[in-house]
Amino acid sequence: MIKLLNIVYRLTSSKVFEEFFVEVEDLKNQVVVRPTYLSICKADQRYYQGKRSAEVLNQKLPMALIHEGVGEVIFDPTQTFKTNDKVVMIPNTPLEEDEIIAENYLRSSNFRSSGSDGFLSDYVYLNPDRLVKLPENINLQVASFVELISVCYHAINRFKELSHNRRDRIGVWGNGNVGYITALLLKIIFPNSKIIIFGTTLEKLSYFSFADEKYKVDAISENVVIDHAFECVGGNNSEEAINQIIDIINPQGTVSLLGVSEHNISINTRMVLEKGLILFGSSRSGKKDFEDTIKLIEQNPKIISYLENLIVYCFKINDLTDINKAFEKDNNSNFGKTILNFNK
Amino acid sequence: MIFATILAGGTGTRMGETEKPKQFLLLGKKPILIHTIEKFALNSKFDKIIVLTPKEWINYSKDLIRQYIPQKNIIVIEGGKSRLDTLNNGIKYILENFEDNDNIIVTHDAVRPFVTHRIIEDNIKYAKKYGACDTVIPSTDTIVRSIDGEVISEIPDRNQMYQGQTPQSFNLNKLNKLLNQLTDKEKESLTDAAKIFILKGEAVYLVNGEFLNLKITHPYDLRLANSIISK
Repeated sequence: MIKLLNIVYRLTSSKVFEEFFVEVEDLKNQVVVRPTYLSICKADQRYYQGKRSAEVLNQKLPMALIHEGVGEVIFDPTQTFKTNDKVVMIPNTPLEEDEIIAENYLRSSNFRSSGSDGFLSDYVYLNPDRLVKLPENINLQVASFVELISVCYHAINRFKELSHNRRDRIGVWGNGNVGYITALLLKIIFPNSKIIIFGTTLEKLSYFSFADEKYKVDAISENVVIDHAFECVGGNNSEEAINQIIDIINPQGTVSLLGVSEHNISINTRMVLEKGLILFGSSRSGKKDFEDTIKLIEQNPKIISYLENLIVYCFKINDLTDINKAFEKDNNSNFGKTILNFNK
Repeated sequence: MIFATILAGGTGTRMGETEKPKQFLLLGKKPILIHTIEKFALNSKFDKIIVLTPKEWINYSKDLIRQYIPQKNIIVIEGGKSRLDTLNNGIKYILENFEDNDNIIVTHDAVRPFVTHRIIEDNIKYAKKYGACDTVIPSTDTIVRSIDGEVISEIPDRNQMYQGQTPQSFNLNKLNKLLNQLTDKEKESLTDAAKIFILKGEAVYLVNGEFLNLKITHPYDLRLANSIISK
């Protein structure tokens, strides 16, 4: 196995990236991947802006950011892939197997750009089971955020398992990226259900052209009801969103929680009890979710065209300052994905 | 075909009293030469990687490569007295053993282990497209020219000054043709392969290098290089 003096581009403090040369230890049976298109996630942006607690930043930095990305296989001693195969990289690395608990919920699992270096590096080393081959002609800018799509897919899968079968009206709260992708996948997977979007900004809601109904959260008609809901809001506003869902949802519905909040929030548990609701959280995704997501995209090519609308910036990364430019622009953008065409 | 030639011909007099030539000194846990070869071994575009090393260190180099890089396409041959002789040996070896009109040769200093994937890829691309390219970084220091070594003759505009790194990459047939056209006097003046093209009025395109694509020449460079490797 070839070892390597790898170059890792780590965030050392808020808004500061530095090059680190890392002598890779003897990593047998690992595939060497050259990252090509990477996508900035809100979690990366929080590290970049220094918006995590001082304790977390002290513990995790320096660390390479980015856990959404695709690349090309450079070298594979396991012969699972061919050189130049285009692959999506799975950021979650399980360290144990469990017949009940999924890989993305095992507390022992390692997640890139959270517990270890993300994909911002000259090469990424991965176990072959942490890669999924991409179809030949896929739009690589869209493929760069397959991870995010798979997270939404995973949440929908859990919804299938946990919800009752009356799925006539499914509500999605949040007019950001996660809300958009979740709503789009719901429309594909449940073509007979009405998909209803609840958001704060008309401009953003206008992107959801595939949805059946759209409402501003401060102007919902009294007769609007839903059978099940997805909360894709996150942050402090998730409190308001979840309580609004609890008010509107029909009894025994499910509320799928996808939004990340840095602080604890208050929930109207009295009404959760009275309506017999099921609230469940979903986070991250596993290999099967990646594979199934790619299959779903292949079977429904129109998904790609809708996801192309999400891409607002694609930056060519030739040096470290380009990474800063991309993060700054992404931070100022209120909708859509920022893609890094990695050429450093 | 695409060839990498790793120029490890020097015996490193500038490194001071080291027992081994500088390319064999340890950087982190492995010899500098191995780090450098690995960057090329990983890139499947290279058909052969030719390592040119002093005659007395050929077997040692072969042993090292066998120990660290189990790959079949690495060849160790003898370098020359000067950098140009070493390059010439590489060219001769390729011409004698591989027939192809479109051979590309990517030449790299054995003591620049921090070369990046992008720099190597750009070299291959530019050599294919233009026939010759050189890796450079903009000069951060002002360059001062002195003809007699005592007084300044000229201070060129810094914005037009670059520092040469490696790889330098060429269309092999063109390089060989131009090399054979050089007079002995021109050959003596050569410290750099790109100059072969310049002397004959041929364009050499610039590839952006990296500040950290360091050449480990002095003991200080090795200390610096070792200190920037993260544990």
